Amino acid sequence: MNRVLSNKKALALFTLPAILLFTVFAVVPIIWSLFYSFFSGMPGVNFEFCGLENFINLFTDSELHASLMLNVKYVAVVVIGQVFIGFALAMLINYAVKRGKNFVRVCMFIPVVLPSVAVGQLFQKIYAIAPQYGLLNALLDIVGLKFLITAWIGDVSTAVGALCAMDIWKGVGLYCLIFYSAIIDLPGDVVESAKIDGASSFRIIRSIQMPLLKPIFRMAFIFSITGCIKVYDSAVSLTKGGPGTTTYMPTMYMFDEAFTYGNFGYGSAIALIILVECVLLTSIVGMIFKERG
Amino acid sequence: MTAKKGKGKIISKIIIGIALVLSIYPVIWLILSSFKTTQEFSLLPSYSLPQGLYLDNYISAWTSGNMGVYFKNSIICTLGSLILIVVVALPASFALTKMKWKGKNFFNKYFMMGLMIPIQVALIPIFQIYKNLNLLNSHIGLILVYTVFGLSMTILMFTGFFESFPNEMLEAAVIDGCSIYGCLTKMVVPLMGNSIVTVLTLQFLTSWNDLLFSQTLISETAKKTVQTGLVMFSGAHGQVDWGPMFASMAIGVLPTLGLYLFLSKFMIQGMTAGAVKG
Repeated sequence: MNRVLSNKKALALFTLPAILLFTVFAVVPIIWSLFYSFFSGMPGVNFEFCGLENFINLFTDSELHASLMLNVKYVAVVVIGQVFIGFALAMLINYAVKRGKNFVRVCMFIPVVLPSVAVGQLFQKIYAIAPQYGLLNALLDIVGLKFLITAWIGDVSTAVGALCAMDIWKGVGLYCLIFYSAIIDLPGDVVESAKIDGASSFRIIRSIQMPLLKPIFRMAFIFSITGCIKVYDSAVSLTKGGPGTTTYMPTMYMFDEAFTYGNFGYGSAIALIILVECVLLTSIVGMIFKERG
Repeated sequence: MTAKKGKGKIISKIIIGIALVLSIYPVIWLILSSFKTTQEFSLLPSYSLPQGLYLDNYISAWTSGNMGVYFKNSIICTLGSLILIVVVALPASFALTKMKWKGKNFFNKYFMMGLMIPIQVALIPIFQIYKNLNLLNSHIGLILVYTVFGLSMTILMFTGFFESFPNEMLEAAVIDGCSIYGCLTKMVVPLMGNSIVTVLTLQFLTSWNDLLFSQTLISETAKKTVQTGLVMFSGAHGQVDWGPMFASMAIGVLPTLGLYLFLSKFMIQGMTAGAVKG
């Protein structure tokens, strides 16, 4: 038995392709990226060691700071939207839907699987004001809310909100179903006995179900936060960062620095900032949930 | 008490109903709009239904919009990565759970690192590596990165399956003289249909929905994928010419949507489990 399960030849055959691919195209590039961030210019053209210059630039680059601030705002709104609306919907489905649960689940999840690019394009049309009203403006028009009609993604004051709304729309189904399957798995007897003791539904949610779902909340926050920090596809396809730089995310900044202006080194430094942001926020969430636990 | 409860239920049902409409209506609107003529777009409000099945939008998106080419490229890259990921990840996951070797723990953690790292961090060096290996503008190049960046999740799913796979069955097979290869191909693989389908649906989404890699690693129009094509198309004609734009979006969305409607159970299971574990 042991001889068969420690067969060296089989082991190599089974694991080497995966290890090699993963090392060459994922691990090496990540380390390489760190190395790049100490250089300026483009490899093969004007690549030079520049020490900490890129990192010093990170601190003085006001365009980057604006982009990071925007990202923080976006993360806050979208994460809270996705997780709490998802949780609320899961609670409601569990409470009120008896028949057709599966239908509800399948429908809620549709936006989640769609390509973000197509979703971005679709919302461009939904938000459109010219050459004809898009879906939203047309609907506002017919219900008599004409004063609300605006160029949703062309206007500086609404563009970020429009982007957030779209990404909440796209993501909320995932969190809804994550919470829903967790709620179903909760031990039923605790809730039953609380009901018998006369606890209100609201009280049951707040004092029993929410504490029991704490690990799920923690995971949902982490998943949503890292997803939002990395936002790229949806912003590119909805607004291309505009109007002006209103919705210009750090990932887009990094992409442009590297591939439009050929500053591979500075691009890599920005990529590292994105990574640090992910690690930092993830560990903050981890700490918050640990302390209260 | 019961009256109050009844009211609460009704309100909840209404809210869920609204949420459902909000989830599906934009998608339905997208499909319906792809059948509208230019006149219908400019004369009727955009929520009105199409007056007939006007297919010219699809024809012009497919030919002059180049979606036909992009579609073919997306299919090749997606299918390629689907095959490659199962071939690479399945035996590796088997070795990572059932076989006996020293590096087992280390490599389990090694692969799980991939769940944490944003793609952007690896993007610039990958571009550079591809330039040196002549992999830019190639299908193989995209297939490789799609596979590599789906690998961590796939291994997580497969190892999860193998952990619940009874050792006794393996032992019995080995005692009966089955080789390690036989165990894997004749006994394990046939039993893991569900996990394979789940992994494939997830990997399909990763590959088909990708923008970042294809935008970075592909510059020739003839090699672009549907999602990059869409971004270009919207800039070029999409602002004014809504019909073909909607048809291209539909072309980008329908494969995902079709697959989802058939395999929704697997996709939901895969994505929610992936989030919980990752």
